[in-house]
Amino acid sequence: MKLTGAQALIKSLEMQGVDVMFGLPGGAILPVYDPIIDSSIRHILVRHEQGAGHAAEGYAMVTGKPGVAMVTSGPGATNIVTPLANAYMDSTPLIVISGQVATPAIGTDAFQECDITGVTMGITKHNWLIKDVDDIPRVVAAAFHVATTGRPGPVLIDLPKDISNAPMEWYWPTSVEELDLPGYHPVTFGDPVLVAQAAELIAAAKRPVLYVGGGVLKARAAEALRALADRTGIPVVTTLMARGAFPDSHPQALGMPGMHGHYTAVTAMQRSDLLINLGARFDDRVTGKISSFAPEAKVIHVDIDPAELGKVRVPDVGIAGDCRQVIGELLLAMDARDTVGEAVVQDLEPWWRQVHEWQERFPLHYSETEGGAIKPQNVVEQLRDAADEDTIVVAGVGQHQMWASQYWNFEHPYTWVNSGGAGTMGFAVPASIGAKVGRPDRTVWAIDGDGCFQMTAQELVTASAEQIPVKIAILNNAYLGMVRQWQEMFYGERYSEVYLSPDLPDYVKWAEAMGCVGIRAESPEDVGPAIEKANSIDDRPVVVDFRTDAFEKVFPMVAAGASNDDIVVHPDQAAAR
Amino acid sequence: MSAAAAGATAANVTALKGAKGPSPRHHILSVLVENKAGVLARVAGLFSRRGFNIYSLAVAPTDEDEHFSRITIVVDVESAPLDQIVMQLDKLINVVSIGELSPAEAVERELVLVTVAAGPTERSQVIQLVGVFGGEVINVGTDRLTVMLAGRPEKIDDFEGLLEQYHVVELQRTGRVALPKLERH
Repeated sequence: MKLTGAQALIKSLEMQGVDVMFGLPGGAILPVYDPIIDSSIRHILVRHEQGAGHAAEGYAMVTGKPGVAMVTSGPGATNIVTPLANAYMDSTPLIVISGQVATPAIGTDAFQECDITGVTMGITKHNWLIKDVDDIPRVVAAAFHVATTGRPGPVLIDLPKDISNAPMEWYWPTSVEELDLPGYHPVTFGDPVLVAQAAELIAAAKRPVLYVGGGVLKARAAEALRALADRTGIPVVTTLMARGAFPDSHPQALGMPGMHGHYTAVTAMQRSDLLINLGARFDDRVTGKISSFAPEAKVIHVDIDPAELGKVRVPDVGIAGDCRQVIGELLLAMDARDTVGEAVVQDLEPWWRQVHEWQERFPLHYSETEGGAIKPQNVVEQLRDAADEDTIVVAGVGQHQMWASQYWNFEHPYTWVNSGGAGTMGFAVPASIGAKVGRPDRTVWAIDGDGCFQMTAQELVTASAEQIPVKIAILNNAYLGMVRQWQEMFYGERYSEVYLSPDLPDYVKWAEAMGCVGIRAESPEDVGPAIEKANSIDDRPVVVDFRTDAFEKVFPMVAAGASNDDIVVHPDQAAAR
Repeated sequence: MSAAAAGATAANVTALKGAKGPSPRHHILSVLVENKAGVLARVAGLFSRRGFNIYSLAVAPTDEDEHFSRITIVVDVESAPLDQIVMQLDKLINVVSIGELSPAEAVERELVLVTVAAGPTERSQVIQLVGVFGGEVINVGTDRLTVMLAGRPEKIDDFEGLLEQYHVVELQRTGRVALPKLERH
């Protein structure tokens, strides 16, 4: 069968099971947009290429399938650099196809030329510039293989226009050997000797903590984790990337660790004698000052990326492997210990007494002010209480993100979508669109900030046009709130370039102009009815402008570079420390 | 952060310019890569991005079909733990395998080309010196000589030091290549 390169590309995507892609056409990618008309793939036309990338990420994060985005050359490609960097930091499988100028023009500074493989080399797991039309099916298959196996991540395929137009004889690779990846061998199974050593460390620990990261979700290991937690009775903390990997309602759940983590999660790790790190990476936002992080803890570190083992903290037992496989092996190693009469865990009762004491003394806290402004935390609580358990929550980056992570109760995996490692403001609106496309059966609430919303709000035009009924709650405090908080706490209340205004733009009018329903909540009594109204609409996107208290701060807080020992609690709780 | 990254890049460039004097804490990596466009950029970019320092780097195709190339990199293991450098390198899709060679376990060689200004009075001295080191005069001009020496890197250092008393017009070192020492039964 003779195909053009463009037809071969679309057919390759179909062969990979792609049902939806996000993109925006332009000169160099034009040939590929023609066969889309005849394809089974649903193409969603975004209004800015960054939106295509984040939407594809949102889709990937809720479905577990790779997200696909397509853009043209030059500025089209550079506009999707941020989503690539974001997906790289959060290990999200993302396939970006970019048009490129025709091969004879490469290197001549042609119109809309950009060396996008060069630009994205450091923020993709791998990228390809296709120079031979016959390579297209193989490279697409290789790209999906690389993006979705081992530590997942973003890949980019750069496709010059003349290659798209060139004829080729269709084929489809049927084995990994045909993908020409001689240097790619991801590990999955943990070394049994190391697993046995890990079981031994667990059996000896008096103050263990399961430190659960995004790798557990990537490995579809939530059930395995539940089994491990139930078997051992060890407290569980879930990082920002792992919210939902373990139910917050479980008695062993301590919540989120880190800079704005739950006091008990932070402190339990700090006092622990064994951290069992499953798919987390000792991020600086979790560890605080690394030299004083969990000083008495031995470390078991399980990660599918061997380079994570010892990158930040040298583990006592480092196991390269897939979290689901390794947890399974660990449970078997525990059975083996049991069989020969060896201990599996110590009596953790004294440890739990201590943990419960912290939980009682330092729960999450904010104070309502009588007749005052809407508290952002209260908005999250009311959204949560009105939502089904399987609602998908999407956040941007900043204070609202932390409040969403703190005050929502995550009961199921893949119900939380946010930008963790890169901290990409503007992530929420397009990511929520991708999440809703991936899980149309679920309610998708984006909890966004006013600063974030302004960065990518135009994608609500996409949502209206494509009938993707997402719900956006703007916690509108009229500031770049997290920066304002730092300026208040660390720069002597000298506020520099953080004020945004509550009503410029008018978010309700803006929402309406984009085909959404716009709702405003100005005082605490408006919050419930606004949420009720928003939840009753399912035929178009809804934006709720919650005018929240501008001076509310996120607590607890560990200042940047400070030790986790110096965690700052809400002023109302300070006396208890 | 950008300042630190820029610093690391600058250090790498300096290190590449003068291949002289790796610290005792250097290590040799023999990296087999796919011989594809951009692979060297991927390797160099990784070192720069992660703040790993390179003392020298040599690259050439290694098999007849030219499917693979071997990059010999002398790395500064003070800039990062060797394991971390190796594991990050291994994540590059085009890197097929990595051999680690400690200087004690390797045979290392390097080649230098030097153009020396040598008038009638100095010419014979320079030729003699080249002869003592087992080098070769490979080009002769009216008042200049270009000489070549291949050998252990320390020998090249020594040779270079002795040439300093003459006027060195230009000097080019290749950077080291290395293979593991063979076992004897």
